[in-house]
Amino acid sequence: MRTGNSLWLLTKKALTGALIGVTISDRYVTLSPVRGSSMHPTFTGSSTSFPGSLKGDVVLVERFCLQKYKFSHGDVIIFRSPTNQKQMFVKRLIALPGDWIQVPESSEILQIQEGHCWVEGDNPASSLDSRSFGPIPLGLVQGRVTHVIWPPQRIGQVERKMPTGRISPY
Amino acid sequence: MAVGSRAAVWLASAAQRFGSVPWRDISAEAVDRTLLVIKAVCFAHVINSYVVSLIQVRGPSMLPTMNLTGDIIAVDRVTARRGTVAVGDVVLFRSPENPRRAITKRVLGLEGDAITYLVDPHKGDASKTVVVPNGHAWVQGDNIYDSRDSRHFGPVPYGLIQGRVFYRVWPPEGFGFIGQKATSL
Repeated sequence: MRTGNSLWLLTKKALTGALIGVTISDRYVTLSPVRGSSMHPTFTGSSTSFPGSLKGDVVLVERFCLQKYKFSHGDVIIFRSPTNQKQMFVKRLIALPGDWIQVPESSEILQIQEGHCWVEGDNPASSLDSRSFGPIPLGLVQGRVTHVIWPPQRIGQVERKMPTGRISPY
Repeated sequence: MAVGSRAAVWLASAAQRFGSVPWRDISAEAVDRTLLVIKAVCFAHVINSYVVSLIQVRGPSMLPTMNLTGDIIAVDRVTARRGTVAVGDVVLFRSPENPRRAITKRVLGLEGDAITYLVDPHKGDASKTVVVPNGHAWVQGDNIYDSRDSRHFGPVPYGLIQGRVFYRVWPPEGFGFIGQKATSL
């Protein structure tokens, strides 16, 4: 009787904790591991997908920006892949709606449509980004990366930076 | 002199009363109540975004399935999360043109399907055929004459789909399932 009671209490506590945790992670801040080398040197992704390995960076993602969908040029964002909804990408935001962007490796200049954005990895040599799938809808964005929190020697803020001369506002 | 001593007496009794208030119990109860509210909010959030939620829809684009004046509908969040949306389902998704708005339309095709649609139903029957790319869905309103949908902004990525509309809650006379519908062009 007594053990059953304490077990029930424990389950209740665990459940409450999970509820609160999920809510915070969905609405405010969350942690996310980064894999792959597309954002090198901002993040160092692990090359192996060995389960449980902590070789890649763990980053802090804030979700307050999703209330208004206000972003700045140079923000690092995470978003759902437009071709596979189960996959999340982390890339740098290069152009916002209304900007004109010069598409690399061609002399084409195109305007970003309303509600879309242009994303690119920091490591153009190995990055799957807007250069291959075009501008993505802002609705796919899931958060903004603010800090690297693991590994310890790389803890720090993720800076907003922009390649120069790529976009023109009008 | 008399005033001063009366004030001193009043002060002393006030201090005594202040001291006898069970502050510890009150603060404990305040913490309890706050925690209860937080728990309720979190519970509502989890139900709302993982199981089912109620949403009001407006506009002419889904006539006659949904009324002009604001039906309240139930949206199932599980199907979209698992990625098992089927052709014919009415879905709720973030507009590709304005991420702050969510809109409802009917899915007419999934990745790989060929879709033929009228370019402008008001002017003749010129039609166009497209193949829906990987990871995208083709959505269209039931009222093709007054709907802004995939015919204008192209196929939408699955990632924008927020849920499947399955039940009408309000108005009472329209109470019931909103199911799949065979679509004809």
